[in-house]
Amino acid sequence: MNSILIKNGHVIDPANNIDKKLDIYVEDGKIKEVGENLSKGDTVVDAKGKVVVPGLIDMHCHLREPGQEYKEDIESGSNSAAVGGFTSIACMPNTTPVIDNGSVVNFIKTRPARVNVYPIGAITKGQKGERLSLMAEMKKEGIVAVSEDGDTVANSGIMRNALQYASNFNLPVIAHCEDDTLGSDGIMNEGYLSTILGLKGINKAVEENIIARDILIAENDKQSIHIAHVTTKGGVELIRQAKARGVAVTCETCPQYFSLTEDAVDGFNTYAKMNPPLRTKEDVEAVKIGLKDGTIDAIATDHAPHHINDKNCEMAFANNGMVGFETAFGLGVTNLVNEGHLTLNELIEKMSYTPAAILRLDKGTLGVGKDADITIVDTECKWTVDIEKFVSKAKNSPLDGFKLTGKAAMTIVGGKVVMEDGALV
Amino acid sequence: MFGNSKDLLGIRDLPVSEIQEILDRTAEMKKIVMSQNRKTTDLAGRTVNILFYENSTRTRLSFEMGAKMMSSVACNISASGSSVTKKENLIDTARTIDVMQTDILIMRHGLSGAPHLVAKNVNAAVINGGDGTHEHPTQALLDAYTIIEKKGDLKGLKVVIVGDIAHSRVARSNIWLLTKMGAKVSICAPKTLIPSGIEQMGVTVYNDVEVALKDADVVMGLRIQLERQKGGYFPDLVEYAKEFGINEKRLKLAKSDAIVLHPGPVNREVEITSFVYDCDQSVIDEQVTNGVAIRMAIMKKAIER
Repeated sequence: MNSILIKNGHVIDPANNIDKKLDIYVEDGKIKEVGENLSKGDTVVDAKGKVVVPGLIDMHCHLREPGQEYKEDIESGSNSAAVGGFTSIACMPNTTPVIDNGSVVNFIKTRPARVNVYPIGAITKGQKGERLSLMAEMKKEGIVAVSEDGDTVANSGIMRNALQYASNFNLPVIAHCEDDTLGSDGIMNEGYLSTILGLKGINKAVEENIIARDILIAENDKQSIHIAHVTTKGGVELIRQAKARGVAVTCETCPQYFSLTEDAVDGFNTYAKMNPPLRTKEDVEAVKIGLKDGTIDAIATDHAPHHINDKNCEMAFANNGMVGFETAFGLGVTNLVNEGHLTLNELIEKMSYTPAAILRLDKGTLGVGKDADITIVDTECKWTVDIEKFVSKAKNSPLDGFKLTGKAAMTIVGGKVVMEDGALV
Repeated sequence: MFGNSKDLLGIRDLPVSEIQEILDRTAEMKKIVMSQNRKTTDLAGRTVNILFYENSTRTRLSFEMGAKMMSSVACNISASGSSVTKKENLIDTARTIDVMQTDILIMRHGLSGAPHLVAKNVNAAVINGGDGTHEHPTQALLDAYTIIEKKGDLKGLKVVIVGDIAHSRVARSNIWLLTKMGAKVSICAPKTLIPSGIEQMGVTVYNDVEVALKDADVVMGLRIQLERQKGGYFPDLVEYAKEFGINEKRLKLAKSDAIVLHPGPVNREVEITSFVYDCDQSVIDEQVTNGVAIRMAIMKKAIER
């Protein structure tokens, strides 16, 4: 009853250097055996023509619960993740109330969810940037990192203390980099397009200033830091240089930042409004190079579901972000693998093993004895994005009608099939 | 119809032929405005609703007068006196006006793109009476008409726009229109008020007003919004006026037959001096008169669907 045999698939497991046709036997939620011509198991899944990979891990999403369940909740968000091939997701603390104490963490951990949900705690109480949040208490309840995502800890001294204090409890710190004093309430990337649309621009230094600051703080105290959603050529370069100096810095980008440019905003398209904003072609190219040369460690979705009312309004009032889970893998295959920027192996690593390692989770591999979080992907599947068909409660994506290649065919969490051919199980 | 659109939202997407057609039709409207019998039946039986989220003297009144001279049922609604104060959102407000069977909806809003949002959600033809820092197409059209009245043609004219370019929808619409029609456009402001990438619109950028004004055929001053000094864009209005204000001495740097425009309202002694406002070269009053005629021509075109 509790065993599955995945047969005839091509297995890619970057952490164990596996890239060949193998069978995987799963029992009691764990991977029991990986080998050729296995023949046991209550259920046999034929993965012929497909690729079997470690369950995808998203280290940066917004699930809106508690507080904004009209946009998304943990159940609907985790359903959306399962459809996208994700088996573990880490949700940001900008909920209402903010995830800044153990009770809120416990609430999230006990909500029904289709995939593993790991809360990320706030760096400061109420995300107000003043007093450190209860990191030890939250760690005991299950947070995997701290972040002020949506905001920057503006006070450099508090950020310094946060890196040191978080390291007491083995908590990674994820930095959202945005210098409010250099450009607050901007709507899109600053440049010719923002000028002719009359929309307040967000210049690249707004992001790069804080990336530089946080790298220097970490470097000075020999702490580690993870930079969230890197979008600019200059930001990639700052991180590349820091890594070369030996700073313990990691970073992520998101599919939108290697797939779209600011041009998507033209015509006052609120679905293309996000923070950080979509940048220019030059930045998109730099992000792809950063992914290839290892400067950018991970791909996260920044899944940011919103109700139609929060997008069908004036640009200035529209909320930031887009639905991310259900298009992330397809964008990776279409714009990175099929365009020759990354191998499939590298894409999978940046969407599973690396984010797990950054969050210090024992996941993201298909090693024997590990949790049976497995995704079967079809890298040949051609499909057209239809936002109305999203499983997420939210439909906000600028990708409607985009033709993509690559889709999750099956998602297995802890040895249990939770999604098959786009349908929740 | 404006090109392929029921709406007039900006000059950027307006073809040259449509710009020319509006300018051509305005002459006939101006005759009506200047006559003693200011009445046509062009909009008889039609409804024009004017929805303004920002204050206005010239734009609002010229639309209303024009609509009434053309025999429409014309009504005016200000956001401050409407259910907007009860937090009704923009789409619902516009839809409410639309279902009262509005043929033409004139809109002004403080946020860029607001008329575009409305246009997608109503059947009425939406005419943008100014949105945020985006566009003010009817102002650019009336400015062009005024220049042509004095200069005969736009082609080859040296037009210099001086002032808060960064926050000016008038500047953007004028740059689109004047460059499309073959004028050579320069802009001048302190660097803090020059928006990023604007040279890609085909303008020459100056930061020294005395260099910019040299040999100009047309000088256009823009209002300096008083709140901008708080935003840290320049130290104060006195220094701004000293460095960038258009005064009698600086006007002499332009061609002797140069004309002076300003969309109004004017801060006398800031962006232009009283001397310049009131001198023979100033066509600021003509702009206002032409504003009525141009808006009549635009409304007539809006119902031709």
